[in-house]
Amino acid sequence: MYDMSAYYEARSVDDAVALRLNHPEADIIAGGSDVLVQMREGKRAGHALISIYLLDELRGVSLEDDGTIRIGSLTSFSHITKHPIIQEKIGVLGEAVDMVGGPQIRNIGTIGGNTCNGVTSADSASTLHAWEAVIELTGPEGIRLVPIHDFYLRAGKVDIRPGEIETAVLIPKESWENTKGYYFKYAMRNAMDIATTGCSVNVRLSPDKKTFERVRIAYGVAAPVPVRAPSAEAAINGKAVTMENAEKFALAVLQDINPRDSWRAGKALRQHVAVELAKRCLIEATRRCGGEL
Amino acid sequence: MENQYKLLQFNLNGKDVSCMIDVRMSLTDLLRDEFRLTSVKKGCEVGECGACTVLIDGEAFNSCIYLAAWAEGKKVRTLEGLTGPDGELSDIQQAFVDEAAIQCGFCSPGFILTAAEILETGKEYTDDELRKLLSGHLCRCTGYENIFRAVKKTMLRRLGKLD
Repeated sequence: MYDMSAYYEARSVDDAVALRLNHPEADIIAGGSDVLVQMREGKRAGHALISIYLLDELRGVSLEDDGTIRIGSLTSFSHITKHPIIQEKIGVLGEAVDMVGGPQIRNIGTIGGNTCNGVTSADSASTLHAWEAVIELTGPEGIRLVPIHDFYLRAGKVDIRPGEIETAVLIPKESWENTKGYYFKYAMRNAMDIATTGCSVNVRLSPDKKTFERVRIAYGVAAPVPVRAPSAEAAINGKAVTMENAEKFALAVLQDINPRDSWRAGKALRQHVAVELAKRCLIEATRRCGGEL
Repeated sequence: MENQYKLLQFNLNGKDVSCMIDVRMSLTDLLRDEFRLTSVKKGCEVGECGACTVLIDGEAFNSCIYLAAWAEGKKVRTLEGLTGPDGELSDIQQAFVDEAAIQCGFCSPGFILTAAEILETGKEYTDDELRKLLSGHLCRCTGYENIFRAVKKTMLRRLGKLD
């Protein structure tokens, strides 16, 4: 038995909002692969839970009329990876979430849970930052949209207000159009491991494939929350597609990131890895755009 | 605790069932304690080892971190559901026997159910893909090679590429 003090099952998004307002102390549970484990560990022992897991209306990926890719917050990692819209337009997100945990965890884990727990090592986090995703929250006053950068307040804390639940992750067309990305997860094992550092880069080249029109890069585990590397982006945008520029770009990330020393890896190693990953991800994303480095 | 019990209806190994559950139960607890399906093993109970794996609507889940209440209206399958009416072994179970893919046997039910999900896609996977698809299970006897072979041979046999 799980040590919970109360359990409320939401039957609709409105119902979830009402439950959130009536039980502000309760934790939201989506797939539960974090919440239930933490309850078992004792960290969340005795908490009340509001389950949104049965809200099938929050599952699925769709393309809206304005070209926005809409990913329902309860869509599992495995369904994201398998979805044709993701594979065609933002394949890197499907690849990134295909590195979470193991196969069973990818069947239960949700993109909403991965963003709402506010963890820097989440495999979706760096890619969603690099693609300037927008988080859709539904609350008592209706829908609120928050850029993912502002959604992460600090380690483990995101901008979810009383009565709100996350209902979708949105990728605007301007963000994904003519853009290809690559994610590199650096970890000790290939399965059931947490990233030591994760780096996600996406690239849009000029039509002649000679100039970096727009490059975006974000990291997980390089700071307490997932971060973009603005100095690196500034160093490469508008520049020619050359190896020399790629190397300058990679070194510039050191001005932006602040990795910590921990038992998983020391700061110096993480910095070294961050530079190398920036370079490798840029090369691969450029190649996917039809460019050559 | 308010609303501690609820009536749960779902399909278990092809049969519609209903029972009163405590909402604090995991699906592992429900299947073992209420339905005596002891193929569902309790290993780590935090979703790491895969011993408690069951199929829910055709996908593999760690039942230890799946609330029993969520099974509502779903099709749940355990190892017991793979065998024939008189207890005949399915091809994948027989392959585990033939390849000596079983030592202590604790991880086998979970591995076999993940294998069932893989095989039911009807696709042919590369060795690397198969290893990744099987990576959510720990075998403490470290019999991974034999397990891998059992799954691969069954895949090829079902595709008519091995007799």
